[in-house]
Amino acid sequence: MDLFEYQAKALFAEYGVPVPQGKVASTPEEVRAIAEEFAAAGKPRVVVKAQVKTGGRGKAGGVKVADGPDDAVAKAEQILGMDIKGHTVHRVLVEEASDIAEEYYFSFLLDRANRTFLSICSAEGGMEIEEVAATNPEAVAKVAIDPLKGAPADVAADIVAQGKLPEAAAAGAVEVITKLWDVFVGKDATLVEVNPLILTKDGRVVALDGKVTLDDNAEFRQDLASLASAAEGDPLEVKAKEKGLNYVKLDGEVGIIGNGAGLVMSTLDVVAYAGEQYGGVKPANFLDIGGGASAEVMANGLEIILGDPAVKSVFVNVFGGITACDAVANGIVQALELLESRGEDVTKPLVVRLDGNNAELGRAILNERNHPAVRQVDTMDGAAAQAAELAAK
Amino acid sequence: MAIFLTKDSKVLVQGMTGSEGTKHTRRMLAAGTNIVGGVNPRKAGQTVDFDGTQVPVFGSVAEGIKATGADVTVIFVPPKFAKDAVIEAIDAEIGLAVVITEGIPVHDTANFWAYACSKGNKTRIIGPNCPGLISPGQSNAGIIPADITKPGRIGLVSKSGTLTYQMMYELRDIGFSTCVGIGGDPIIGTTHIDALAAFEADPDTDAIVMIGEIGGDAEERAAEYIKKHVTKPVVGYVAGFTAPEGKTMGHAGAIVSGSSGTAAAKKEALEAVGVKVGKTPSETAKLARALF
Repeated sequence: MDLFEYQAKALFAEYGVPVPQGKVASTPEEVRAIAEEFAAAGKPRVVVKAQVKTGGRGKAGGVKVADGPDDAVAKAEQILGMDIKGHTVHRVLVEEASDIAEEYYFSFLLDRANRTFLSICSAEGGMEIEEVAATNPEAVAKVAIDPLKGAPADVAADIVAQGKLPEAAAAGAVEVITKLWDVFVGKDATLVEVNPLILTKDGRVVALDGKVTLDDNAEFRQDLASLASAAEGDPLEVKAKEKGLNYVKLDGEVGIIGNGAGLVMSTLDVVAYAGEQYGGVKPANFLDIGGGASAEVMANGLEIILGDPAVKSVFVNVFGGITACDAVANGIVQALELLESRGEDVTKPLVVRLDGNNAELGRAILNERNHPAVRQVDTMDGAAAQAAELAAK
Repeated sequence: MAIFLTKDSKVLVQGMTGSEGTKHTRRMLAAGTNIVGGVNPRKAGQTVDFDGTQVPVFGSVAEGIKATGADVTVIFVPPKFAKDAVIEAIDAEIGLAVVITEGIPVHDTANFWAYACSKGNKTRIIGPNCPGLISPGQSNAGIIPADITKPGRIGLVSKSGTLTYQMMYELRDIGFSTCVGIGGDPIIGTTHIDALAAFEADPDTDAIVMIGEIGGDAEERAAEYIKKHVTKPVVGYVAGFTAPEGKTMGHAGAIVSGSSGTAAAKKEALEAVGVKVGKTPSETAKLARALF
């Protein structure tokens, strides 16, 4: 789960990482109140920052400096509601302006290739680290972190030295890095990025920005619910999440249900290839109902997919492994009954492919039920072609 | 011979007395796996009956090894306790730990992997979040359905469970030496490369099928490895060409970030070293079939 900057900075502050003072606002009135507080405290200069979970915010005009409350409101009015790479700005962070002497880059992240953690540190901060790495790779230090040792002061000092941070910032940066490691571990983060990490004119090292990704698997020991932003993203994805479904909305016409993440990913590809023959028909979603494939999960999944107005046909692709195909077929039959009892008329064509354990039994069950929307194809490629053809009609 | 798991493997099950552990221990026994015990400190000394087979429960992996000579453990322990279970297996220096558990926080996996490395990697770790491995006709350690294929001379390594099953089923007439599901998490113990190396060395494997998916660069690194070290024919498949950037597709590790981790880049890397890559699972099966 990605956090907003203001949430990331709240975590930083909780662990003692210096951040500029600021508050989040969702209306110009709230922005005025915050800016007035800063002005009363002798800090009329503030920065108004769009809160979106995407990069390139500054370039898009989502970060503006304001002189006093009136200007802050004017700037907030420009930023609120702005679209940045498909993300609508619903909130802004209003912060005291910082006196920046220098800008650096720092992050902790997961290093999949080496099966460990990595820190990245550079004296050249402020812009995209990929750009710095591409143009001047020597300016970007990558230091592996042993998970068993972590990043205590000696490790942090090594990172700072390799990143070639100047002497004036070294002590402050070491302290910040050790605390960011505490955030990284304490909150089960997979990314903690500070860009820029700044040295102020009065010699303090401060996290001017913050990007944090938390591990969804750590939900049993982390309070992720309070950080989750409700009603963000596609409404079907929100609804699917409420039902505990593993669903990703895509922009095609063939609804997809399958069991197992790899098989579903593969199903999307096979449908897209088949769609090339039928005017570029594409998969409408990713939906993995997992190994179980119970009637209820199948019904919930079908309900989400049939509720997508873009969907013209549905491809149910199941390989019977641990859950045999007869159980899956019964699940589909019960799901159709459940949907019809909920008042849903299932008229969009459902192409079902059952293969693997007890495939014959499963096919017989569906044949016997003989639902007008359901048709069966024995192979994955054949079923994909038929689903694509039906969606193209 | 097969790799990692043979008819001689003596298998412990950590979490055998839980619901998943019980269900799959029964299935593993039915597939001919030599299950020598379960591990649960609260039920040590008890025996569990699986359709007439009495399986003892030990208080720890070390006790299980001492009593039975076990050399494999299959871990079904819930995510919250999985790290401790794996560390216990590492401390007991068991040869192979198969971590089936899905949903382990990646910090826990990074920790037990680092711990395994610090102890000299005496324990091979497969997973987590994997279906395990099967050497058909010999032994089955995990949750792979045993009756969808038969013994043969293909080696299969895959990040995805259901795609493993699909491929096992498509090529059931040719059969497999060993099928290894390495798991879809961002950090895993045994990699594609480890399995490729073992299949290359296995006299009972003639060809290798490798299934990858979006995310990370494991397939690209596997391609490098194949170029340098693998002489047996390799057929590949990569899932996720249509996956959009920044969206996790089911597996925690299956995500395209920027231009890295795309299926197209993986396919290209594999083809560049002479691996034939199928467009669909069925086409991949055809390519493998052509080798026999």
